[in-house]
Amino acid sequence: MRGKPLVSIVSAGLSKFGKIEGMYGRELFAEAAKEAFERCPNLDPKRDLDALFVGHMGESYEHQGHTGAVAADWAGLIPIPAARVEAACSSSGVALRMGIYSVLSGLCDVVMVGGVEKMTHRSTPEVTEFLAMASDFPFEQWNGMTFPGLYAWMATAHMHKYGTTETQLAHVAVKNHYNGSLNPKAHMQKEITLEQALTSRVIAWPLKLFDCSLITDGASCVILTRPELARKYTDTPVHIIGSGHACDTIGVYEREEFTSIRAARIAAREAYEMAGVEPGDVDVAEVHDCFTIAEIIAYEDLGFCNPGEGGRLAESGETSLKGNIPVNTSGGLKAKGHPVGATGTAQAYEIYLQLTGQAGRRQVADAEIGLSHNVGGAGVTATVHIYRRG
Amino acid sequence: MQQPFTIEQFYRNIAQKKLTGGKCLKCGKIHVPPRSLCDSCLSKEFEWVELAGTGKLLTYTVIHVAPPQFQSMAPYAVGIIQLENGVKIPGIIREVPFEQIRVGMQLTIDYEAASTGHQWPQWPRYYFKPVPA
Repeated sequence: MRGKPLVSIVSAGLSKFGKIEGMYGRELFAEAAKEAFERCPNLDPKRDLDALFVGHMGESYEHQGHTGAVAADWAGLIPIPAARVEAACSSSGVALRMGIYSVLSGLCDVVMVGGVEKMTHRSTPEVTEFLAMASDFPFEQWNGMTFPGLYAWMATAHMHKYGTTETQLAHVAVKNHYNGSLNPKAHMQKEITLEQALTSRVIAWPLKLFDCSLITDGASCVILTRPELARKYTDTPVHIIGSGHACDTIGVYEREEFTSIRAARIAAREAYEMAGVEPGDVDVAEVHDCFTIAEIIAYEDLGFCNPGEGGRLAESGETSLKGNIPVNTSGGLKAKGHPVGATGTAQAYEIYLQLTGQAGRRQVADAEIGLSHNVGGAGVTATVHIYRRG
Repeated sequence: MQQPFTIEQFYRNIAQKKLTGGKCLKCGKIHVPPRSLCDSCLSKEFEWVELAGTGKLLTYTVIHVAPPQFQSMAPYAVGIIQLENGVKIPGIIREVPFEQIRVGMQLTIDYEAASTGHQWPQWPRYYFKPVPA
């Protein structure tokens, strides 16, 4: 089983990410679907697609639930069986997992998996409140916690235990903004300096504005099929060879440790074992940098370095486009943006581009093995997927 | 009749200025808040225990950008406190300047009858403050 393709990605689409005025989430999803259909002329979407799974976090943003059917409708796929998948910021990472289940079950031959969120028309306090709904209500929300606050707890603990510094956090932001400057679909396409990051205003100490990902509108999708059918649709499939998914307590306060995300470690182990690859084999990775500390912890949880060394890895430049293991070549959640429900399959989209040589100015030369790491809530849900060039 | 092992009952006890948990009669794990199904051994048998409200600060943050319900309080500090028996509980930290808050410092619980005035449950509140000298 090790290294055997579970499913193959034969196409992918991404809307522009950013503050997209005058468009609803469903319209953004249609943008992503259009790109995926255009990339794959051999696919007849109405005839070939057997199911649609759509990651979407919150009906509060647009006063619109029932997103599976809404997305199916606007992608022109009615009466396709469609379902919304909700797992906070990992909604479409989990949708991807559901897509894999559906193909491996034998019930589906070709499925679309995607995600969408429209957020920027809401005020920052409203978005702060809506996002916090994915955290524990009776103790954490009730005590005024926010998402930046929950990751700030991890940052404080990481700094206390390992001596990680605010400057090391800022290096993650600078790198990801540089990568975003090379991505025409990124929300923020301009570089920032270390000083700008370090002097930005405090959101939840020790995290500052430039430690936080962006409130963004966007949608993403990928099309999966059984590996033996992939060549029918494309000459350049990308195989998913490992998939991991795990959960942890909704309350961060209950955890044994605050310097690592256990669900991500478990998901990573599952995905690596299934794929038969080691962390050192990964050529390019998209990780869940909802906050800079989250990328540093991801390096450690994914085995790119030892526990406690993530800050130094960020500082070393080895995760930049020129380093040994380029991370968040798209700009990540930090600069490409984080329309929460869309993020998991937006990561898959970037890996698809990288492994098919379509990543333009941010292309990692000869990338063969890719990894995506998508975390929902403050380490409550995690999915890890491993990809190989077909 | 035994009180139900619920979050609501936990906060009713907070209103009586008591920090309580549910102790699993099978494996001994103390749950704060109480649960009716032990997440460790799946037992359904518990007893209430009253906990000492003093412990060590494990980590903290200072919230500057707050949800609407808390905006009037911002900035405010929130931490995770580990009580003497190992139980962890989050809480707002008061009565100490932010710059004097340290991981590892001793904090103790106190109570108030506050509510945010929003359409949230009208629970009483607890918070943490430095141990008086």
